[in-house]
Amino acid sequence: MRIAVASGKGGTGKTTVAVALSLAASEPVLYADCDVEEPNGSIFLRPENERTEEVLVEIPEIDEAVCTSCAACARFCQFNALVSLGTPPLVFPELCHSCGGCRIVCPSGAISWKNVSIGEIAIGKSDRGRISVVQGKLNVGSSLAPPVIRQVKTHIPEDSLCVLDCPPGTACPVIESLNGADYVLLVTEPTPFGLHDLKLAVDTVRELSLPFSVVINRCDEGNDGVENYCAGERIHIIARIPHKRSMAEAYSRGGNLFDAIPEMRDLFRDIPRMIERGIAVE
Amino acid sequence: MKIAVPSPGNTLESDVDSRFGRAAGFVVYNTEDETFVVTDNNQNLNAAQGAGIQAAQNVALTGADVVIAPSFGPKAFRVLKAAGLKTFLCSGGTVKQTIEDYIAGKLSESDAANVEGHW
Repeated sequence: MRIAVASGKGGTGKTTVAVALSLAASEPVLYADCDVEEPNGSIFLRPENERTEEVLVEIPEIDEAVCTSCAACARFCQFNALVSLGTPPLVFPELCHSCGGCRIVCPSGAISWKNVSIGEIAIGKSDRGRISVVQGKLNVGSSLAPPVIRQVKTHIPEDSLCVLDCPPGTACPVIESLNGADYVLLVTEPTPFGLHDLKLAVDTVRELSLPFSVVINRCDEGNDGVENYCAGERIHIIARIPHKRSMAEAYSRGGNLFDAIPEMRDLFRDIPRMIERGIAVE
Repeated sequence: MKIAVPSPGNTLESDVDSRFGRAAGFVVYNTEDETFVVTDNNQNLNAAQGAGIQAAQNVALTGADVVIAPSFGPKAFRVLKAAGLKTFLCSGGTVKQTIEDYIAGKLSESDAANVEGHW
């Protein structure tokens, strides 16, 4: 089962929840850090024996001796990655989505592929080998998170428990992370900003027809807007994490939820089974 | 000679737009017959990426020889140079004043992008 932990708003506690799910699970689990622009799960899981692999994408390379400057490729490219001004095209690799269309429309065969590295995957083990930790990391200056996320997900075995720590927001990197998930936990906080972005996240997972429930972090702070919204929309709240100074202290030392609130371990251990039994399905 | 200046308006009295790639449009002034045309750049206002590239292409297609703006991003600059345009820096004011300053030789040529992308 693949459980994705997403949020809309950043900083609500996705990694706290995803790490807690992984630590509390009573079976082998794979923790996949899909927040490739700022992966931080490994700070808390401290994986060992890490190996790395490069993330390569293909970008066009123009053979200027063959190019007739017809600009067919530049007209085709919807991302402005190719520009022709009556000249062989300029290539802007950082805008290229590697769709390959330019190569198909080029009538003179002047375009070939070249690999460029946009990131790295680190694969290691935590909790004496029970937790596999796969972390994607996008290179600084690169903007294409989805290919890195796709490669993270190639390491997920079929039919095992997997927790995907998603990026914030509702844009392409989140959609890529949610693709193939069986269930989504939306982590939010009881603030107007938390509620606003929760609504966007709910719209997103409903559009994708994914079952989901909500985790409210720092539940005793703020206002009751999130509780009222979830009640009105008939959205199940699967967990409420209290706001505690001890949690902030543990977090600042790289500690996890159970270092601060050990009594929450049973709930997080049971969440995969609750989902399986359909209790927390919308 | 044709001189392009980014502007949110459509007259010579309009202000210069502080942004190049995401300017609403360009006023292109022809020094020979002292007329001007306005080129729309609206499709770039909300582009996630590549606005400067597209804007630079739009300007190049007007047949401009010179483009004057308060700033040029790195990608726009690369396209403008590939198109063989001269790039000059101004500090705001109206389109008319900017063009007069250029003709009077008061503006300096820009030999590199002077802002980061998405500044």
